Formats: sequence, structure tokens, C-alpha cells
Amino acid sequence: MIPLILYVAIFVAAFFVVRMVSEGRGTKDYISLKTVTFGDESAVRPNRAASIISVLSIFFMWATFTGSTLIPSFLHMPGPFEGTTTFNYTVENAAGEQDDATVTVLVRPQGEDAVKPEVEAGDGFAKNDTAIVNKWGTKVIVVQGNDDAKKADGAKVVAINGEPVVARTTVVVDGGSVTLTDKGTPNFKAKTGWQMAPLYLPPPEKVWARTLEIANEGYRNFSLWEHVGYSLFRVVVGFLFGAIIGIPLGYAMGLSNWFRGWFDPIVEFMRPVPPLALIPLIIIWFGIGETGKIILLFLAALWIMAIAARSGVSGVNIAKVHAAYSLGASKPQIMRHVIIPNSLPEIFTGARVAMGVCWGTVVAAELVAASQGAGMMIMVAAKFQQTDIVVMGIIMIGVIGFGIDLLMRWAEKILVPWKGKS
Amino acid sequence: MSGLSIDKLSMRFDLPNGGSVQALKDISLNLKAGELMSVLGPSGCGKTTLLNIVAGFLAPTEGKMELNEKQISGPDADRGMVFQQGALFEWMSVRENVGFGPSMKRMPKADKAEIVDHLLDVVGLQDFKEKAVYELSGGMQQRVALARCLANDPDVILMDEPLGALDALTREKMQGLVLKLWKETGKTIILITHSVEEALLLGERLIVMAPRPGRIHKEYRLPFAEMGVDADLREVKKHPDFAVKREEILEMIWDMEEEIMGRTEESK
Repeated sequence: MIPLILYVAIFVAAFFVVRMVSEGRGTKDYISLKTVTFGDESAVRPNRAASIISVLSIFFMWATFTGSTLIPSFLHMPGPFEGTTTFNYTVENAAGEQDDATVTVLVRPQGEDAVKPEVEAGDGFAKNDTAIVNKWGTKVIVVQGNDDAKKADGAKVVAINGEPVVARTTVVVDGGSVTLTDKGTPNFKAKTGWQMAPLYLPPPEKVWARTLEIANEGYRNFSLWEHVGYSLFRVVVGFLFGAIIGIPLGYAMGLSNWFRGWFDPIVEFMRPVPPLALIPLIIIWFGIGETGKIILLFLAALWIMAIAARSGVSGVNIAKVHAAYSLGASKPQIMRHVIIPNSLPEIFTGARVAMGVCWGTVVAAELVAASQGAGMMIMVAAKFQQTDIVVMGIIMIGVIGFGIDLLMRWAEKILVPWKGKS
Repeated sequence: MSGLSIDKLSMRFDLPNGGSVQALKDISLNLKAGELMSVLGPSGCGKTTLLNIVAGFLAPTEGKMELNEKQISGPDADRGMVFQQGALFEWMSVRENVGFGPSMKRMPKADKAEIVDHLLDVVGLQDFKEKAVYELSGGMQQRVALARCLANDPDVILMDEPLGALDALTREKMQGLVLKLWKETGKTIILITHSVEEALLLGERLIVMAPRPGRIHKEYRLPFAEMGVDADLREVKKHPDFAVKREEILEMIWDMEEEIMGRTEESK
């Protein structure tokens, strides 16, 4: 809830700041002179400042809620308690007499060595205690363990910091809170603040450091590039096979009644089946090796490419085909000079979709079973609670997917400049 | 006899709902080589169907068609076609579009280049040779289509409302170009149009078709195309006969339209 409120606040504040700063500036092009912009989609252009602030604010949110060293500490959200704190407890023995003692708690980051603070035992039948608690952690502190008045004799904790308690009551103390368990033992919970523990979300610099580390040393016997390379290799090979079979199949379906009739039910049935649903069957048939994955990606790309090629053929303006025939073109010439070039834009659109689907599918397939690959990397890392690797993997998968799409768009622009121009 | 002869052509096809349509009935026509004929008629009278049959894209259910005493049985390079729009190959440059027919015949490159250059000069697009066709205006695109058709040297040119999508000014210029090309090349041309003026201007012969079933209603022989070859087309339009013929044909088409409307009303 707090991150959401902060995010909305940044959104609104940035809007007003950018508007104030850019007032009266900017290019005076044709669109900027339009008075009707609400409802005119062509007048809506992405505000570049908004895009930049948007990306920055995501990193800012990430940094501020993880206590990142990338931003000055006054920008951090209140962090978890760290250091030494104390609270008092009151024990009442069977005779009805009461005595106070102090518990000294050292809260330190998990895994860090710490020496238990030395304290005097104190007087009375309740003795002072010490405890070490992890940051973001909790600990049941057996305060009566060293007391003269034993639990077995009927002594019990009746108050924390002077506030009377029974089982399950919580008292807020410095640096945390204390809850009395059902058995009457105080349970200290260190104050968490608003930041997230690295287990849930590591700060950006840790993810970056881990990225460098894995890039240098590899992960699970394979370097980072091998993991990514394997995933890309599977996608490219699966997609190529899908295109090699799918495009001719689509052409045949667009050009022949018999092919159309024969393959229509198959294609129309297979198209809505998500490739992920095929993973179990593929594993049963082909095992978890390379073959199975490539066949899965082949199937993911096949139907998309077939349908793209088919609609590319049916999208040919009949006047073009008629014109070519009356210019003396033979059927192979019509195919080569009219149908194929005319369907290329559709095929490129299909290829972009297919590459996207393949990339998603390969990651999912690697999540299920693989010994290398981007999906396998994050799956294994999650099992070992290496959240930084998981986050790194997700970002990398996203960047590569985006890169694939950019590459396809670029290829489309170079190879089919006539797209949408008929 | 050289030329196009059409004998008792009929076309009837079944509808999915069980009915059938008589699109054309007993069309007979003889066109001598080098004749320019325009075809007029209300929409739905089968003008385009007739043209598609002559081009060989559709098979008639009855009747015979011969071009230079050869039976017409499918599309071929001896009948070129110019469409209203959208028939250019946008993945090719202007030069490649015009040279499409010769390329299909595997004509030697030098011969092809000569033909293309000549025709681009004729239609005035020499400067746009290497442009993509989608960069041209509508009028220029139709000039490319005309040149592409001529490059193949067909015996008959079939034009399906080739100027229909152009603005009035461009259209007038293009009408002049069509007449010029007709005279220079001596091709047989069949031109379908919706515009009575255009039909009068560009028709040595003019047939008016009537709908349901599509048939030839009336035929004219006109002097205006011959006049327009040398004179300004606007001068031709001022000719007293021109106005008389225009009114007569308009009246005729209006009557047909009204009849159609009446019949639809009755059938309701």
C-alpha cells in the first residue's frame, strides 16, 4: 500500500513539475497546434520526459524500499531496526512477589558475527538476560531460564515495560515489539520498517554485483552467456524449423482447396492450445533434452507462421493477381513475383509474434527442466533463495525479449519497406 | 477477321440460397482492331463481369469469344488490363512495374530497358523511374498502370474504370492521355466508366447496358473521340451534339435506375 501511494505521488508530482518546466517550450509543429487532442489518437504522443521519469522512478522505488547505497540514505524508507535495545519484564512468583529484570537485545544482519552483550545479572529473583536477533527476524527469549524463580514453581511473566500482559498480548518496545507466547515466554520481533528484506528484494547494486559475478564466474557450470546462448539457440532453431514448415504450409492452405480443407481443422485446433500445455507430453515423449525443447518451440512457431502465411496469401488484392496474369505471368511467376512479396509483411508480423511466443515458451520450458538456460537459472536460484539472481534473470529475459522484437522490427523496415503502403 | 468477336455471351450463376442470377444475356459484339469502345450502364448491369469474361478471369456459361480468330479461354498477354486502383506491385519500383510483362517473357535486358524508357517518356514519368510506386500520386500511379499494360504490347486493352478514383482535373488530363495513346498505338480498347461525359469523350463506339439481365441496350457511333485526338477536350464538350447525346444517355440511365428502384419496391 505504501509503495503504491508513493508511486502515485511521484506520478502526479512529476506531471505537474514537467508541465511547469516545459510551459511554453517544445517544438511548434503541426500537431502541437491541434486544439482537439482528447479523442484524437494521432495527437497523443508519448511524453519523453514522462518515459524517462517513469524508468527512473522504478529504480528509485526499488532503491528506496531496499535501502540501496545508490541513493543518499535520507531518501530511504524507514529501515529495519539494527543495534542494541532493551526492555523490562516483570516476574511474579508463586508467593505473589514481583521483581523486574532487563533484557538486552542485539539486532544484527543475518549471518554477521556478533558477541552477545555482557550484562550484570542484577539483584532480586529475576535476572537480566541478553539475546541476539536477526534483522527482520524474531526470537523467543527464554527470560526465566536464568531466574531464581522458576517457571516450574509457578513464577510467570506478568508485565513487559510495566504494561501488564497475558498470553498473546503484544507490547511495543524500543526497536521492536514483544508478544507473550501461549507458554508465557516473551517473543521479541525486531522492527521491520518499510524496507524489504534482501531475501524478498535485494537492492539494485547487489543485483548488479551478482550479475558481474555470474558473468565472470558462471552459474551452475555454465557461464551467463552460455545460459542465455542456449535459450536463444533453442528459440532460433525452433523458430526456423517452424518457419520452414509453417510458411509453405500456409501458402499451400492459401492456394489449394484440398490443403485448406485438410489442414484447417488441425491448425484451428492447435492454434489456441498454449505451447506450455504441451510441455508435459513433450517431456514424456522426448525427455528433457534439447530435442524436446526444440520440438516444443517448433510447435509454438509452426501454427503462427502457417496462419500468417495463409492470411498473407488471402490478403493479396485480386486485382494484382489478375494484372499479373494478363501481363503474361505463369503460375510460378505469380508465386515468385506477386504472392510471396505481397505476403511478406504479414509473414514478418507473424514472425515477430512467433519469436515473442517462442521466447516466453523457452523460459517456461527451462523452468520445468533443463541443465542450462535463462529459465533454468532463475528456477534454481529461487530454490536456493538467491533472489538477486532471480531478479537479474527476469530483467535479462525482459531485455532480450525486447531486443528480439527491436531486431525483428528493424529487419521488417529494411526488408519490406512497402508494408502498409498498398 | 482480326479483332474481338463476342457471340451470344450469357452468364448465369447459382447463389448459395438456391436462387440464381442471370448476370449477362445474349451479348454479341464485334470490335475491329483499333476500335475504342466505351461501356456505360447503371451499377449492377454486368459491365465489370463482361470485362472479366473478356479478360479471361471468368468463364461464360454460354456463347463464344474470339480474339483474332482464336478462342479466349483464360487470361493471356494478348489482353492487357488496367484496373481502377491497387493493381500496381508496391514492392517494385516504377521501372520494374512497367517492365513486368517483358520480364515475364524473359525479354533481353536491353530491349526491356528500351521499351520501359520509351513508355515512361510517353506517360511523362521519366523522372520517377526509380521511385517506389506508393510514393506517387493517384494520377501518376494510373499512368504507371497504363505504361505497364502497353509495355506488354497487348492486342486489346481492357480498362475497368481506370480514371474513377482520380480527381476531376487529373481525370481530364488522363482522358487526353488515353486518347493520345489510343491514336499512337492503334490498340483496341474497351473502357468501362460511370461517367457519361467520359464515355462520350473516349468512345468511338459507346454501348449502354441495361441490368437484370445484363444486356446491351443501345449502341452509338460517336465522332468525339476522333475530334478529341487533336482538339482540346473542353472544346469537344462544347460541341452542340455532345450536350444532346449526354442528355439522351443520362435520361436513359435515369429511367433504368428508376425502373430498378420501382422493381425493388414492388418486390418488397
